[in-house]
Amino acid sequence: MSERLPSGARRWPLWLGGIGLVTLLTLVSPDGILAQEISRSYRDFPLIGSRTAIWIAAEVHLLFAAFVLGVPMFAVVAEAIGIFGKDRKYDKLAKEFTRLLLVAYSATAIWGAILSFLLVTLYPRLWVYLTQIFAPSMWAYAGLFFLESFTLYLYYYGWDRWAEGRAKLMHWGLGIMLNVFGTTVMFIANSWLTFMMSPPADVTPDTSPAMVQFWSAFANATWMPINIHRIIANVVFGGAIVGAYAAYRFLIAETDEERAHYDWMGYVGNLIAIGALIVLPFAGYYLGREIYEYSPGMGQTLMGGFMSWLWIIQAFLIGVLFLTGNYYLWVGMGRIPGAERFMPYTKYMLIVLVVGVIVWATPHTMIASRAEIAAMGGTYHPFLGVLGVMSAKNTAVNIMILTTFLSFLLYRRANKEPVVEWARTGTMIQGVLFVVCAGIVIFYGIYGYFVTAIVRIGFSVYQVLAVIATIFSVVAIDVAIGRGAKSRGAIRWGQMPERSQYALFILAVTFTWLMGLMGYARSGIRQHWHVWEVVRDTSEYASTPALGYASQIISVCVLIFFGLVAFIFWVGGLAEKPVLSGVGSEGGD
Amino acid sequence: MGKHLRHPLGQSVTVLVAAYLLIKFGIVYLPPLIGIASAPLPSSVVLQYMITVIVGLLLWVSDNEERWAKFKQPMHRVMVDPEQKVARAVLLLATPLLVAFVTFDRVRPSVAAPVSFRSIHPAPPGQIDFQGRTLRLTGLENPLRSRGSEDEHLEEGKRIYYQNCVACHGDGLAGLGHYSQGFNPVPLSFQDVGTIAQLTESVVFWRIAKGGPGLPNEGGPWNSAMPAWEDFLSEDDIWAVIMFLYEQAGHSPRTWGEEPGEEGGH
Repeated sequence: MSERLPSGARRWPLWLGGIGLVTLLTLVSPDGILAQEISRSYRDFPLIGSRTAIWIAAEVHLLFAAFVLGVPMFAVVAEAIGIFGKDRKYDKLAKEFTRLLLVAYSATAIWGAILSFLLVTLYPRLWVYLTQIFAPSMWAYAGLFFLESFTLYLYYYGWDRWAEGRAKLMHWGLGIMLNVFGTTVMFIANSWLTFMMSPPADVTPDTSPAMVQFWSAFANATWMPINIHRIIANVVFGGAIVGAYAAYRFLIAETDEERAHYDWMGYVGNLIAIGALIVLPFAGYYLGREIYEYSPGMGQTLMGGFMSWLWIIQAFLIGVLFLTGNYYLWVGMGRIPGAERFMPYTKYMLIVLVVGVIVWATPHTMIASRAEIAAMGGTYHPFLGVLGVMSAKNTAVNIMILTTFLSFLLYRRANKEPVVEWARTGTMIQGVLFVVCAGIVIFYGIYGYFVTAIVRIGFSVYQVLAVIATIFSVVAIDVAIGRGAKSRGAIRWGQMPERSQYALFILAVTFTWLMGLMGYARSGIRQHWHVWEVVRDTSEYASTPALGYASQIISVCVLIFFGLVAFIFWVGGLAEKPVLSGVGSEGGD
Repeated sequence: MGKHLRHPLGQSVTVLVAAYLLIKFGIVYLPPLIGIASAPLPSSVVLQYMITVIVGLLLWVSDNEERWAKFKQPMHRVMVDPEQKVARAVLLLATPLLVAFVTFDRVRPSVAAPVSFRSIHPAPPGQIDFQGRTLRLTGLENPLRSRGSEDEHLEEGKRIYYQNCVACHGDGLAGLGHYSQGFNPVPLSFQDVGTIAQLTESVVFWRIAKGGPGLPNEGGPWNSAMPAWEDFLSEDDIWAVIMFLYEQAGHSPRTWGEEPGEEGGH
C-alpha cells in the first residue's frame, strides 16, 4: 500500500504562493517602490469588476484556510486518543484527516497568492496604507507560513517513521506545533481585517499610517472576538468537510471494509461539526456585543438595519443544520442493536426542532404586499410578531441545541446496557436536568419581554449557560453510568442507507454557505469604508452590494470551493489507497 | 379511511393539510377566541412555514427503513403498476398543468406595488448637527430625565404629541392615525416590542429630529414620510415627546452599557 504523495506535483503551488507573497511584501513595504508614490487608487478587473474579483478570491481562500486550520485541531486530538487510549483506529483516522489537509493546503496557498496579487493590483492605495501599519506582522506571517508548511510535511510524511514510543510522542508534538503555527498565522491575518472594521478610536482620516501604533491597531476591538469565533467555526467547518469527504468515499466504496471505515469517519466528522457548533453561538454573542460596543451604528446595521435579513436566512440555514444533524443520528440508529427502544421518541424531537426552526426563522418585519400589510395593520404581525425578537429566537435555538444533545445521548446509549446499580436513578437525574434546563430557557425567554433591552441581552447568557451546564453535567453522569456497561451488540458500521450520506453533503454545503453569508455581513457593515470611518472607498464599487447580488456571488464562491474540493479529493483518491481503520471488523463504538 | 391514516403517506398528507389549515386559518381565528388580536399571515411567511413542515415530514418518513419503504410504495405502484394506467395519465396531465398555472400566476401583470424588504432600524450616525450644535449620539442620555419634574415633562410631551404626531402615529401609538392608511408602509406601532423598546432615546431623538430626509444613504432607497422635526421643535420639545412615547407605550428605552462607547471613536 503506497501512502506517498507525488510530492513535486503537490508542492509547487505552495512554493509559488509563498515566493509570490514574500516578493509582494518586499515590493510594497513602507520603504518600497509602491509606497513612494501611488499614482492611482484603484484599477478595474475585466468583466466582473475589482470588488467581485477580490471578494471571490478572499472568500475561496478563507474557505480553504478554515479547512486547513480546523482539521489539524481534531487530527491531533484523534492522534492523542490513538496514543493514550491505545486505539490504533484513531491513529489511522488522524492520518487520513491529515492526508486531506495536505492536498487542501496547496489550494489555500494558491488562493492566498491570488488574493494578495489582486489586492496589490486592484487596490494599491489601501494595500500601501495597510502595509505601512502592518508590515512587520506581514513578514512574520510569511515566516510562520513556511514553518507551518514544513511542520505539516514532517507531520504527514513522518507518520509511519515515528510511529512508536518517544518518536510517536515527538510526532504528536509536531501536530501540536502545526496547530500553534496555523492559529498564529490566522491571528495575524485577522488583525488586518479587524483593523479595517474597528480601527482604534484615535485613528482618524488625518492620522498618518506611519503614526498608528502597531499594537493598538493589531489588537483592536474586534480582533479577539473574531479569533475565537473563527477557531471554533474552523473546527465545525473542518468536521463538516471531512464528513462530506467520508460520505463521498462511502458512496463509491466497493468493499464492506471501506464502507465501514467511511461510515465511521463520516460519523466522527458529523460529531465534531455538530459538537463544536453547539458552542459557536457563545462566540457569536461575544463578537456581536463587541461590534455593538465599538460602534452602536455598526451594530445596528448588522442586527436591525439592512443586514438584518441575513439573520433570517441564517436562522433558516442553521435550522437545516440542526434538522440534518439530528436526521443523520436517527438514521444511524438503524445500524445500532438496541436503538429500536428509542426510535419512537425521535418524532417528538422532530416536532420540537420543526417548531424551533419556525420560531427562529419568523421575521419580525414580514415581507408582505400592500394588501397584506393593510390586513395586518402594519409590517408586524399582531400575534406572531412576538416571535420576531431575540427573546423568542434565543429560546428556540437553545431548545434546539438541547434537543440535538438529547439525540446524541440516545444514540450513544443505544447499544449499551448499564450495569451500575444507580443507573436508573442517574437516568432520572439526567431527565430532571433536561427539564430544569428547558424550564430556565423558556422562563428567561418569556421574562425577556417584560424587561428593558439591556437586561434582556443578559438573559441570553443565562440561557446558554444553563444549556452548557446541562450538557456537561449530563455527559458526566452518562460516562459514569456507562462504565463497564454490557453491549447489546456491536454497531454495524457500513450498514447505513445511502440517503444518510447526502445529509452529510447538505451539512457541508450549508456550513460553507453560512460562512459566506455571515462573512459578507461582517465585512459589509463597513459599508463604503475600506477602514471604518478612516479610509473611504472612493471606487465605483463603494456602495454596499444588495443582498440578492451578494447571495449570488457567495453561491458562486461555494460552487468554486466545492468544485475544487471535489477535484482535489478525486485526484487524491487516484494517487493512493485509503488507510482503513478496520472499524467494521473490530466492531468499534 | 383508518387504513390510510395508519400509512406513512396518509399520515404525512393529513399532517400537511392540518398544518396548512392551522397556519392559514388557525393563526387568524384561534387567538381572538382567548382575546388576543391576530391577522392573516403574508403569503411569504405561509410559504416559509409550509416548507419547514414539508422538510420535517420528509425527515420523519425517511429516518427509518421500514417507514421509508412503506411511504414510497404507493408512489412506486402508481409509476410502474400496469393497473394504475389511469392514475399515471391523470398525473401526467395534472403535473404540467399545475406547473403552468403556478407560473402563470407568478408572471401575470399586476397593479400591486412589488413587495420589498424593509429595514426597520436604520443605523444612526455617531453624531449629528442639530440646530447649529453638534450632538454626539453615542452615550447621549435624555437630559429631561435628570432635570425638573417628570410629570411636567410628560404633560409637555403629551401636548406636543397630540399637536404634531397623532395624525399619523395614532391615539394609542399603534401607528393607526387618521392619515396612516395613506402611507405605504404605514407608521410603525410603538406598542410593539420591536420598535422603540429596542432603541436608545438618542436614536429616537435622531429619527424625530432628522425624519425621512435625514435617513442614511446605506440601506436605501427609504420610504418614509416623517418630516424633519428639528425645523419645528426645540431640543427639549423632542426629549419631552420621547419621554411621553415610552411612558404611553409602556416600554423602557434601551440603556447604554456600563461604559458607553468606550472603544468606539467614530
